[in-house]
Amino acid sequence: MAAEGSAPTTTEYIQHHLTNWTYGKLPAGTYCDGKSVQESTGWTVAHCSEEMSAMGFNAIHLDSMLWSIGLGVIFLALFRWGASKAHAGVPTGMLNFIEAIIEFIDKTVKDGFQYKSRFVAPLALTIFVWVFLMNLMDLIPVDIIPQLAAWIAGDPHFYFKIVPTTDPNVTLGMGFTVFFLMVLFSIKEKGFVGFVKELTFHPFHPPTKGPAIVLAPVIIVINFALESVTLLARPISLGLRLFGNLYAGEMIFILIATMFGAGLILGLFAGVLQLGWALFHIIVITLQAFVFMVLTIVYMAMAFHNDDEDQFNH
Amino acid sequence: MNINLTIIGQSITFIVFVLICMKYVWPFITAAMLERQKKIADGLAAADRASKDLELAQEKATKTLREAKVEAAGILESANKRAAQVVDEAKEQARTEADRIKAAAQAEVEQEMNRAKEQLRSQVSVLAFAGAEKVLESSVDQAAHKDMIDKLAASL
Repeated sequence: MAAEGSAPTTTEYIQHHLTNWTYGKLPAGTYCDGKSVQESTGWTVAHCSEEMSAMGFNAIHLDSMLWSIGLGVIFLALFRWGASKAHAGVPTGMLNFIEAIIEFIDKTVKDGFQYKSRFVAPLALTIFVWVFLMNLMDLIPVDIIPQLAAWIAGDPHFYFKIVPTTDPNVTLGMGFTVFFLMVLFSIKEKGFVGFVKELTFHPFHPPTKGPAIVLAPVIIVINFALESVTLLARPISLGLRLFGNLYAGEMIFILIATMFGAGLILGLFAGVLQLGWALFHIIVITLQAFVFMVLTIVYMAMAFHNDDEDQFNH
Repeated sequence: MNINLTIIGQSITFIVFVLICMKYVWPFITAAMLERQKKIADGLAAADRASKDLELAQEKATKTLREAKVEAAGILESANKRAAQVVDEAKEQARTEADRIKAAAQAEVEQEMNRAKEQLRSQVSVLAFAGAEKVLESSVDQAAHKDMIDKLAASL
């Protein structure tokens, strides 16, 4: 944390590291223990967490967006370069690396998704590489870039989080996009009726004849409740799994970082911990990117899967 | 930890990135990889074919060599046979020639002998008369006895 000015307490240090650079619509009022006064309701950068809460939904995390878009552009630039250079001859260097990733994604998609779609493989590739790159930011020592940003901004309290996937907005945003795509492809593949049928005729098959037919609406309601929970749990679990893993990892890095200031012995110990956790985290970030991708593929396969044919056979 | 507009921003970014990836990245790389795969498969097939061709050629060469050997052996044999035949023929010819020469010599000898006999025969009467004159100590009428002596000479 910043050396100049009053040295922050550990709690302040940790909180500072977990706060986003937020730009939002702030209602008029006095915030941050009277240090910040908003004369009229308007869009501004938040100076403390109190202002962020006051902004509510009308705010955007500039750092999350900046890093996620920036990393996405790096991913696309790299792969677009690969696409423009791709040829049937002997691939070399970076092209080899890009093709290895493409082949890996292609194989994973073919294993989990047996339907014809031009969309799912690029979706999986984008998720894997992009999420991996965003997670990778976690391995950069926690203070370097925020300090640099604070120095450039000329404000020691400048909030700057560099790991987009430790922001639930980012992970849930991706999760709900996948959810939206699931619903879209479900309706596209099975028709709206088919989609509704899937939600209401499972897991309990409602009776279609005999006196028991009066129970059918009840069963349909129960089915709908269960299926809705199943469907909605997917994007939420998708987003929160990634967020949880990365947030926890980031938190531990920050906690280790607080130890560096606590004397030589603890500092050395923290160094060892930092190294160990970083090595372990390499697995975590790759695995989380992979899990997000595989689950997306599985959900897409479910959206494309039409069990209308076998529905009345069991 | 606040949920705010970022979630929408991230969703839009995500979709845009996926669409760009789908349009400008994925098809090109996979197409190139597929093409290479085909090229490699073709190359391997060609190599396979070439090795098979080589095998066939080797087989053919071996066969030709074997045939050539057999042929050479045949030629050698027939040449040998021919040589033997020639030698035989020459021998035969020589023998015939020798026989012919022998026969001619014999005939000549016989002829010579006959001629000598003839000569002797023609002189038998003269000798006989000379002998008889000596024996009889008188002349013999050659005219009277010539026929008798000639008959004798002819019977010799």
